[in-house]
Amino acid sequence: MRISKDDVKYIANLARLGLTDSEVESLQTQLEVILEYIDKLKKVDVSKTQALTNALYVKNAYRPDNPKASIDSHKIIAVAPAHEGNFFKVPKIIE
Amino acid sequence: MKLNFLTAHELQGLLKAKKIDPAQIIADIEERCRIVEPKIKAFARAPFFKNVSFAPRHQGELSGIPAVIKDNICSDGDLTECSSRILEGFRPPYDATVVEKLKASGSFIIAKANMDEFAFGSSCETSCFYPTRNPWNTDHVPGGSSGGSAASVAADEAIFSLGSDTGGSIRQPAALCGIVGLKPTYGRVSRYGLIAFASSLDQIGPLTKDVRDSALLLKVIAGHDEKDATSVDIPVPDYPALLGKDVKGMRVAIPREYFVEGMDHEVRQALSEAKNKLGSLGVTFGEVSLPHTEYAVAAYYIIATAEASSNLARFDGVQYGLRNSEKTNTAQPPLIAMYKETRGKGFGAEAKRRIILGTYVLSSGYYDAYYLRASKVRALIKDDFDKVFKEFDLILTPTSPTAAFKLGEKTNDPLNMYLSDIYTISANLAGLPAISLPCGLTKKGLPIGMQILGKPFEEEDIFRLAYQYEQNTVWHKAKPKGL
Repeated sequence: MRISKDDVKYIANLARLGLTDSEVESLQTQLEVILEYIDKLKKVDVSKTQALTNALYVKNAYRPDNPKASIDSHKIIAVAPAHEGNFFKVPKIIE
Repeated sequence: MKLNFLTAHELQGLLKAKKIDPAQIIADIEERCRIVEPKIKAFARAPFFKNVSFAPRHQGELSGIPAVIKDNICSDGDLTECSSRILEGFRPPYDATVVEKLKASGSFIIAKANMDEFAFGSSCETSCFYPTRNPWNTDHVPGGSSGGSAASVAADEAIFSLGSDTGGSIRQPAALCGIVGLKPTYGRVSRYGLIAFASSLDQIGPLTKDVRDSALLLKVIAGHDEKDATSVDIPVPDYPALLGKDVKGMRVAIPREYFVEGMDHEVRQALSEAKNKLGSLGVTFGEVSLPHTEYAVAAYYIIATAEASSNLARFDGVQYGLRNSEKTNTAQPPLIAMYKETRGKGFGAEAKRRIILGTYVLSSGYYDAYYLRASKVRALIKDDFDKVFKEFDLILTPTSPTAAFKLGEKTNDPLNMYLSDIYTISANLAGLPAISLPCGLTKKGLPIGMQILGKPFEEEDIFRLAYQYEQNTVWHKAKPKGL
């Protein structure tokens, strides 16, 4: 699988990941090597196989709908890099 | 004998008989850390001995016995940074369920262990702080990602520790450091408060000096938790009480795909001797095939990175840790620019590599070819195990193809690093419990580990075989020299 620098930049944008030019370059080669290795999965016949996501125990986890105290929201807000009152503060999104 | 060299069950006996008090344990650990920690660097930051309340509020199995936990397990008010810059300064406002359970049993936390950043690695070299070193030879890695958890126990800076295992991250460092490491069955231990790497694979487990402590710790931390919907409501056996059972007649499978080229001859030799020893105790062996083994690493690196890229989306400079928005990138809205700058600055090289790979395999047009196909191969890997467990009780393999490698040896070759997990990854894909315990030393004096895999939720069978092996060999008594 050929990976271009633009492919890496496109993926990095989807992941909201800032990369320097040299990071883009090294990821381009590394991604190619890893994808080439991963391509061995194409040899496996999976035509009759169902995908497995939870290996052992698939059961919906119901519980009674009983309200109870959770962590104090002020404690959650307090660990944020920026907050105002009881809100997370972020850079301006609406002009 | 200094108390830091003892196991939890030995200390339990001495504490109950009132021959020692918890303050003495802490004092001995503190003195040990002063001497060896500068060489080993097992902890993510300085341990807290001063403000520890070693008069436990609760009386239980671990009353007065201190715990070390991996830096990705949340403990209320303590720095928990996953050895990553992006979580700089993060103090969770709550305890993980395993921490609650430790505290309820009378234990208390004295340190957070260094790790590969976000558990991405097999050598503890991707930590944003510094690499941890192997207590047996400080030119070598301790393994990873729970490298600090393993090294602290091996160097007797800890009595026991907790780690997390997504593809071998408890068992491989346990093997490389000559201690016992258990990955419980998926769902056996609550993951609430474990900072997620790959949610369908992650499991918390103990790293200990012997098998009895492993059984004791699992008894303490296992059980259903309504805060983790994947934790399973099956009664927790009294594992330590079941250790002494005879192993005569147990049927153990040897998978031929695990004994192929790439395995070090000293590891092969140690496994063959372990097999003879177990045979002399009445265990019967049979060779089996796990035909999809060669696809496990490829399937794993698709599934694990896909899940990691989703889980790590939450680190965006809004809720916790680092925020970086110094550069004004006019081409983008300020919020998007902040996300990118924060994540670009906060994540290390391996985390970036995995986020890119995971995002790529999930991206439009590639999902079927990669993630869906890998999930199907995962089903085939599990089917292989199901077939073997119809005829056998347990499976015996090496934990790692080689003893500890040197620092820097694999850092420039990510794929080669990934392949060092070749024997441990399948247990995560199939959700199975597996232990690593010491079974030899190389000529250079580095530990070799063997792995025992069991049926889901039947950890007691693993402990039983591991315990009998341990009690009939000397390897668990070997200690690193010259520290």
